[in-house]
Amino acid sequence: MPDPIHQFEIKRLIPIELFGFDATFTNSALFMVLAVVVVSAFLILSMQGRSLVPTRMQSLSEVMYEFVAGMMRDTMGQGHDEGHGHGHGHDYMKFFPLVFTIFIFILTLNMFGMIPGFFTSTSHLAVTAGLALLVFVTVLILGFTKNGFGFFKLFVPSGVPLVILPLVVAIEIISFLSRPVSHSVRLFANMLAGHITLKVFAGFIIMLLGAGGAYGILSILPLTMATAMTALEFLVAFLQAYVFAILTCMYLNDALHPGH
Amino acid sequence: MAEQNTAQKTNAQPHNTEVGVIDAPPHPKAFPPLDPNHFAPQIIWLAITFALLYALMSRVALPRIGEVIEERRDRIQRDIDAAEALKGETERAIRDYEQSLSDARNKASGIAKETHEKLAAETDAKRKESDAAVNATIAAAEDRIAEMKKKALSNVSEIATDTTSAIVAKLIGETVSASEVKKHL
Repeated sequence: MPDPIHQFEIKRLIPIELFGFDATFTNSALFMVLAVVVVSAFLILSMQGRSLVPTRMQSLSEVMYEFVAGMMRDTMGQGHDEGHGHGHGHDYMKFFPLVFTIFIFILTLNMFGMIPGFFTSTSHLAVTAGLALLVFVTVLILGFTKNGFGFFKLFVPSGVPLVILPLVVAIEIISFLSRPVSHSVRLFANMLAGHITLKVFAGFIIMLLGAGGAYGILSILPLTMATAMTALEFLVAFLQAYVFAILTCMYLNDALHPGH
Repeated sequence: MAEQNTAQKTNAQPHNTEVGVIDAPPHPKAFPPLDPNHFAPQIIWLAITFALLYALMSRVALPRIGEVIEERRDRIQRDIDAAEALKGETERAIRDYEQSLSDARNKASGIAKETHEKLAAETDAKRKESDAAVNATIAAAEDRIAEMKKKALSNVSEIATDTTSAIVAKLIGETVSASEVKKHL
């Protein structure tokens, strides 16, 4: 049976050492670089025409732009002057490039994972934790520079009886601190589990075919499963990028308006 | 991890698939997605690639897309505004047209009424005139009839006198004067 873990192995392609740190160019780094190249090339080249009536590629770029803008408007635009059109001019639109980059980067890495032979960088905790920490640190810096000590209001929900307030505050602090963990593990675990499952089912097909005879006919069962799982994994690849981005929006919103 | 390896081996052995033998890791290692040895290079390259992508997105790609979308929205808004202005103009023109149409209609009906009244008055005057003429003729005719009647009646008494005197003369052989007869009549 093929090893379902094999696909997650890091291959050290070009050993590099940077200021005493191990900065080896691995297969994970290769696909991250590839993601940057593909995303940038697509978004920049498709907009080359800048046409009023978009081409197919251009409208795809615009759809992604509008999708992320809409996501930010839905999660961060509440309570502000809505119906302002596109949301330009709102303070949260400063973070549009960040949220967009996070979303498109994760989406591309996840989708790379669906291509046979490609490495899934987001199935490694280091990558997802790095992204989650980036968001966490941004939220901390933003929260304290924007609100000062008012940022602590985030841990004190309004309308809670004084008796249980200490308990609620403790829970709020713990849940705040565990955000980067859940944020990163959710993406990492989803990608990891999906790919292992796919590999296991694919392994069953080969095993049954290898056994020959009646077992070969039985191999149609894991094949059906693997096909269905592939479709599901495409959905998961998109959904997890979306979830990561929308949580980023919510956390940033907390930093901007801790009083809610 | 060790558990998984043993599970793979027990799975692989009964069928002895070649794939399994080749793919099986030669010696137990840490689970790669959680292997701390790979953390540093991945995080460093994540930082490099993410920073690069962020720079490209925020400086080049996103402003460009935003610009095009904005431009299209402005253009559509401009077109809508222009269409609305034209629509307003059209409505004004329609109103003007309807106004002048109703004016003309009112004017036409005024003229018709005036003409009707004038004609009616004329007809009325003519009728009165002819009525008066007819009445005069009738009155003259009646006068003449009355005169003729009177004349006829006076003729009747003359005839009666004549006849009576003639009858008397025949009966008694005596001529009676007209005045005599009249006296007895």
